[in-house]
Amino acid sequence: MSTTGYIAAAWIGTFASVGAYALWIVRRGRRASALVPEEERRWM
Amino acid sequence: MTIDPAPATAPTDLPTTVGGEPATRGGPAPVSTSSRATRILGALSLVGIAVLVVFGLFITPPDAELGETIRILYMHVPTVSAAYVAFIVTAVGSVAYLWKRSEFWDLVAASSAEIGVLFFALTIFNGMLWGRITWGVFWRWEPRLTTTTVLFLTYLGYLAVRRIPASVRTRATVSAVIGILAVVNIPITHKAVDWWRGLHQEKTIFGTVDPEMQGTQLFTAYLGLTVFLLLFAWLLIHRFRLAWLTERAEERGLDAAIAARRAEGAEEVAP
Amino acid sequence: MLRDALLVARKDLRLEWRSRVGVGQVLPFALLCVLLFAFALDVDRGVLQQATAGLFWVVVLFAAVLVVQRAFAVEADDGVLDALRLSGLSPASVYLGKVAAITVELLALELVLWLAVAVLYDTTLRGWGLLVVTAVLATLGAAAAGATYGVVGLRLRGAETLLPLLLLPLLAPVLIGATRASDVALGRSAGPGWPWAALLGIFSGVYLLLGSLLFRPLMEDL
Repeated sequence: MSTTGYIAAAWIGTFASVGAYALWIVRRGRRASALVPEEERRWM
Repeated sequence: MTIDPAPATAPTDLPTTVGGEPATRGGPAPVSTSSRATRILGALSLVGIAVLVVFGLFITPPDAELGETIRILYMHVPTVSAAYVAFIVTAVGSVAYLWKRSEFWDLVAASSAEIGVLFFALTIFNGMLWGRITWGVFWRWEPRLTTTTVLFLTYLGYLAVRRIPASVRTRATVSAVIGILAVVNIPITHKAVDWWRGLHQEKTIFGTVDPEMQGTQLFTAYLGLTVFLLLFAWLLIHRFRLAWLTERAEERGLDAAIAARRAEGAEEVAP
Repeated sequence: MLRDALLVARKDLRLEWRSRVGVGQVLPFALLCVLLFAFALDVDRGVLQQATAGLFWVVVLFAAVLVVQRAFAVEADDGVLDALRLSGLSPASVYLGKVAAITVELLALELVLWLAVAVLYDTTLRGWGLLVVTAVLATLGAAAAGATYGVVGLRLRGAETLLPLLLLPLLAPVLIGATRASDVALGRSAGPGWPWAALLGIFSGVYLLLGSLLFRPLMEDL
């Protein structure tokens, strides 16, 4: 792989991982929200 | 449950630590972990990422010494810095838990550690890619990278402890102790590994912003740091709220189970 | 407080002496490791001699995990910890007593292990003083960190398998320091050995302090 390839792998890998993790917790958060009454999730 | 319902555990206390909006009471609560504060943080992060891509990959010139490989360091340095911030937050949360005994701090410590582990994994990944270009191999026993790996394993242990089924209070206390022991180990491991490699020290560029950086390079380095700290804050708030909701859902599940058992018992007795 | 600690240590050591788990199980395991390394590494090319100090300390750390597990399994068995809690002993003195007992057991193990290594790996010694100081400080450090984690594993189900993952990364500086200092004591490397002993001393001091402070919440909440 060329230098450009490794650089691309680093950037794509980093943001893809953070993005996947973010998506994962947001979706789990949606699911958990549905199980909990409103007064427990009055975020600011 | 065994946790004491101290006022500090109410979800409405969140913004005191994450810097949010004044309470907007009334109206429907969101069916998600997002709020106005996180939406603003998220938007800022996305804009930051876009600007970082433009600067890091296109505008900045290749480094005189490192060449194009400096572009990997624009990812490597912010992830490792954000990870250390995350572990310091975990340690603060652990100390605060042992002091205040509030569920809030326990969940902050847990959420922050998970994000720190993710960032450490990315640090190691980027460091290995950098090594492949620069040294021709994925791994050398470079001190910073070695330290990161040892600490990565330490915090995997912390997360593993949190997954052991136990009473809420036991889990929180044990995790807090481990969170404190682990953070104290960071400087000791650093020193030990530095000395260990001391005899054949290579010029190391990992883990710090190079003081000789100038102009757009320096700007990009600090921009990266800012973007990843914003991302960390966004992730921490969402992860905390998820942890909070999970605890509430479990409590409710438990209550429901107990109620069901009681109903059964009543039915058995009634006839 | 120190007298109470001594009391706890004496109780632990007496229990250990009676049960013979250390002598009957941990020590043979450590000696077995010495053999296994000989099988794994080429005995004819001097790899063993080169790596003696490192292998020795790796075995000691593995044994430390077992000894720590044992030191607290004793408590879990008959609910002795509850008795200790009710006895009015301060948590710090219980902790220090545990550390002392684990240190003594490990030092005894190291002595036998050292004889085995000296004979089987053909080792010659240059600096007695450095080696002894290194062994005491490294063992104290491992025991100080180990005793804190040992109590963690006491009431968490499944924590027995977790103890190595928790303890060994924390002890990485101990392994580095002890190995380097021993290398110097064995004449395998030229560099100064005492700074490594100092590092081990700092590690032990820090974890002894933290352990004595953190043992109270741990004992209360388990």
